[in-house]
Amino acid sequence: MQAKSGRAALIPVPLVITFLLLLTTPLWVSRVGLYQYLALEIMIWMLFALGYNLLLGYTGLPSFGHGAYFGIGAYAFGLLQLKVWPNLWFDLFGAVLVAAAFGAAVAAFISHRRGIYYALLTIAFGQVFWFVSIKWHSVTGGEDGLLNIKRLPADFGFFSIKLVSNEALFYFSLAIFTLAVLGLWRLIHSPLGRILSAIKQNETRAAFVGYNVWLYKWLAFTLSAAFAGLAGALFAMAQNSAYPNVMSLQNSGFVVMMVLIGGGLVSFWGALIGAAFFILARDLLGAYTETWLLWYGLIFMAMVLFKPEGIAGMWQAWKAKKPREALPPNVITIDPSDTLSAAEAKHGVV
Amino acid sequence: MALFEATRLAKRFGDQVVLEDITLSFEEGQLSGIMGPNGAGKTTCFNVLTGRYAPDRGRVTFAGEDITGLAPRAIAKKGISRSFQIMNLFNDYTALDNVLIACPRVRAQGFNPWRDLGADSAAQDEAAAVLARVGLKGKASVPAKSLSYGERRALEIGVALAAQPRLLFLDEPTAGLGSEGTARLADLVRELKRVVTIVIIEHDMKFLFGLADHVSVIHWGQVIAGGTPAELKENDWVRRSNLGALA
Repeated sequence: MQAKSGRAALIPVPLVITFLLLLTTPLWVSRVGLYQYLALEIMIWMLFALGYNLLLGYTGLPSFGHGAYFGIGAYAFGLLQLKVWPNLWFDLFGAVLVAAAFGAAVAAFISHRRGIYYALLTIAFGQVFWFVSIKWHSVTGGEDGLLNIKRLPADFGFFSIKLVSNEALFYFSLAIFTLAVLGLWRLIHSPLGRILSAIKQNETRAAFVGYNVWLYKWLAFTLSAAFAGLAGALFAMAQNSAYPNVMSLQNSGFVVMMVLIGGGLVSFWGALIGAAFFILARDLLGAYTETWLLWYGLIFMAMVLFKPEGIAGMWQAWKAKKPREALPPNVITIDPSDTLSAAEAKHGVV
Repeated sequence: MALFEATRLAKRFGDQVVLEDITLSFEEGQLSGIMGPNGAGKTTCFNVLTGRYAPDRGRVTFAGEDITGLAPRAIAKKGISRSFQIMNLFNDYTALDNVLIACPRVRAQGFNPWRDLGADSAAQDEAAAVLARVGLKGKASVPAKSLSYGERRALEIGVALAAQPRLLFLDEPTAGLGSEGTARLADLVRELKRVVTIVIIEHDMKFLFGLADHVSVIHWGQVIAGGTPAELKENDWVRRSNLGALA
């Protein structure tokens, strides 16, 4: 991703559009044959995918076990609520911290690696957490998972809002989502974002101009785990439960596919597009056939073969084609041979 | 005492001894050269001096401070910068951003989430000045991967220079350049020599002898000769190796 000059917008336009689109879903979602819960789920995956893209798109580090931190967030939210203190803020914040702590610990073991070794280690750690979630019955509830996770009321001291209905939880999650995206947007446009991208492009040179590459890679992983944990906690509320499946390799693969199809490698907003595309495809294709993932997989393969920059990349190419007063094209091209993530996209993660 | 001193360095990879016994020193304000035939250990020597590899034995000091075995980033922070023979740029970034990311003021802001480099005109000006210095004034917004070979060579030096080093190592800066490019590079290095201490590894003896105050000859992992270019031209080994004839 190319750095742009000029100050980044404090509140970016695509976020405003996404926000308005999501905000108005209660008005139109059932008219187009969908339902409110779907919008909630899409938003949660958007959050997960955005945080994940900090690692994959910006830092160029492929994690194929990120479902684990999503799951840890969900379990942590449930356990804190059931065993410690059923307070929404405490549990939510706690879930983020726990996911970040696990992420930080794993990152400490893998941040000296890159490329395929990095990817393999993330899978290994992801599988460990998944396995623990299945086997440690007394804590995680085994294969059944943690049940009866409540949608706790959002308590603001002088008044409190019930989040039991899908609509209420949706609005609450939208507020959290918006804040999280604004935070991530700022982070990406601070020097940190540029440095991560520099590390992606050339780790050796980054070290020789004086950056602590290990620390930056560690931080990227930890931050993305924290975002995954936040998404996972919201998911636990949405589902009223936490279960091992969310930590599976398959779920970890989903977030990779979302980011790649959406175009997370070329745009901050690609992850949002990809998450919406994936969940909608699941529901719409899934209504016709049980084998929807097969068809989705084919779309994915076609995409990485013909347009590895994803949907956001198509948009950028289309915009660049429109004649404008002889400005140089604004499109950012990715040479599939020189970025690792694109190379992996080629081989597919289906 | 010299600005940079390496004492009795040794380095081997497996059972292959690459550096046998290297003692070098570089004086502040001078341009020092390292030459030697292919496979003499020049690049390994450079990599040990700049922290890419830790030496198996020996000591490296910079401004009186022991920096032996420090990581590249730690050495960079002390004011030693290097360019690479095989180019190491941030290819997707523009020329300006390549230089910008290497500026110490940007490095110091690495964890400040409220900064915005796009709006930091002081940093941008600083980076633009470095670009102008290496002759890439009009190329600021061109991605590094779209620059010509010669321009990439210049940017390679620009990135090293952006760190505002006290000591600048250049690893075969003329590699792959034609005679015109080499001449232009010589002008640039002559210019830089006035503001920063430079050490160059070079194949091109004509280039090196025309610029250096002092040249060390490395062969078989040892320093076999050293002196001013004029002295070296009289040196037996240099004459016999036919390298001196070029100068």
